[in-house]
Order: sequence, then C-alpha cells, then structure tokens
Amino acid sequence: MIISLNTYLVTGAALFVLGLLAIITKRNAIAVLMGVELILNAANLNFVAFSRYSADPNINGVMITLFIFVIAVAEAAVALAIVLNIYRNMQTVNLDEVSSLKK
Amino acid sequence: MGKDFVFLLFVAMTIGGAAIVAFAKRIIYNAFALMLSLFGLAGLYVFLSADFIAAVQVVVYVGGIMVLMLFGVLLTTKLTDVKLTTLKNQRIWAGITLGFFMIVLGAVIQRAPWIVTHEELVHDPQSATIGELLMTKYLLPFEIASVLLLAALIGALFIVRSEHK
Repeated sequence: MIISLNTYLVTGAALFVLGLLAIITKRNAIAVLMGVELILNAANLNFVAFSRYSADPNINGVMITLFIFVIAVAEAAVALAIVLNIYRNMQTVNLDEVSSLKK
Repeated sequence: MGKDFVFLLFVAMTIGGAAIVAFAKRIIYNAFALMLSLFGLAGLYVFLSADFIAAVQVVVYVGGIMVLMLFGVLLTTKLTDVKLTTLKNQRIWAGITLGFFMIVLGAVIQRAPWIVTHEELVHDPQSATIGELLMTKYLLPFEIASVLLLAALIGALFIVRSEHK
C-alpha cells in the first residue's frame, strides 16, 4: 500500500531537509523565509499524519496545525516587514551584505 | 490504481516544488515553486481526511503568505539581475550533510515500530468538531493566538511605517 504513514513521514522529512538546505545556502533573505515556511509545513504534515494514523485516531494534531498556521502568518508578516525595512535602509536584501554591526 | 496515482502526484508536487525552492537560482522561480509545493500539501491533507486544514492551507498559504512573499520579492529585487549566487563550498557541504541527514531520517522512519490504526478513513467534515473544540478545550490557545495576531499586525505596521511625517 503506497498511502501509508511512512510515505507521509518521508515526505515531511524531505520537506524539512530541503527547507533547511534553502535556509543554509540562500543569500536572499526572502528565499530564507521560504525555507522557514517549508519547515513549518513539514511539521504540519507530520502532525496531521500522526493524528490520522495513531492507534486512537483523534483531531488534536489538526488543532495544533491550525495554531501553527497562525504563528506562520504572524512570522511571515513581521519578517517581511523587517526585510522591506532593511531594503529601504541598505538597498539590498542579501544577508552577507547586511553586516553593518560588524564594522 | 487511480487513487495511488493521484496521491503520488501530490507527493511529487510537494517534494518537487520544495526541491526547486532549494535549488533554483532565480528568486521568482523559488516563489512560484513554493506555491506548487503548498498546493501539493493541501492535496495530501485531503488524503489524510483533514478537509478543513486543506481548505485553510490553500486560503492562508497560497492566498495570503504567497502574495506577501511575491510582494516582498517584487519590491526588493531588480528582475534583470537576480542570479541568486550562493557560496560554492557552502552549498556542497550543506548538500552532503543534509543528504546524510535525510538518509538517517528515512532509515529511522522505515524501521520504527509505529503503532498505527487499521480503521478505514471516516470522511465526515471536521469543521463542526474543530469549531466546538476551539470554544471548549482549546479556548485559551485560541485567545492567545488572537492576541499574537493582533500584536504581529501592529508590530509589522510599526516597523514599515514611514519615518518622516
């Protein structure tokens, strides 16, 4: 059977690894934010999959996923506001060029 | 079987979109690939019989966060010269390490003795149960989430406001 808990967990793990890869290797701050979104979604998928497939199927994983949605929206809004402000002040969103605290 | 095929299609959409986010050089490709990945995830939620989450995924992520991301991309990059150069060595080492990490995760997932249910899926709509739980068992987290959203809204407005009057 292809549709099983393991398939969901492997998909979630792949999402997590690819999101982490995006966070580590990208220079653009918005691309890094996209990696963060991927990792949050990997967590969501695992929550829903476990809540559906646990020995006692329940809805708690779905509720936790809803709250993660709220946190993701708040994070994206504030982070993009910060990125726009950085761009207005420094004319770049490349993370390795935003280093004025080092000088 | 048709059901398996559709399921694998959604898995491929999800992982393929995420791979483009991680590997593509142009930020605008990254943004649209992220949208593809999030759509695939909504399909997977349908297969998990989480109908409400699937709908919210499309509305919040594809409709909300992605538009926000595209705004950010278009406001901060010049579309003519957006080769996203990453440091070469960093990329190779990150790929090797995370590939190894993925293998470990996959092995653990395959070998762990998960205790799973063998009941058939129930396809009842979940929204009524979710609404009831939000007003009873999850009332405090619900209120805290509302305050968090309000704080994030005010904070974001405060950060991007214009300095000069």
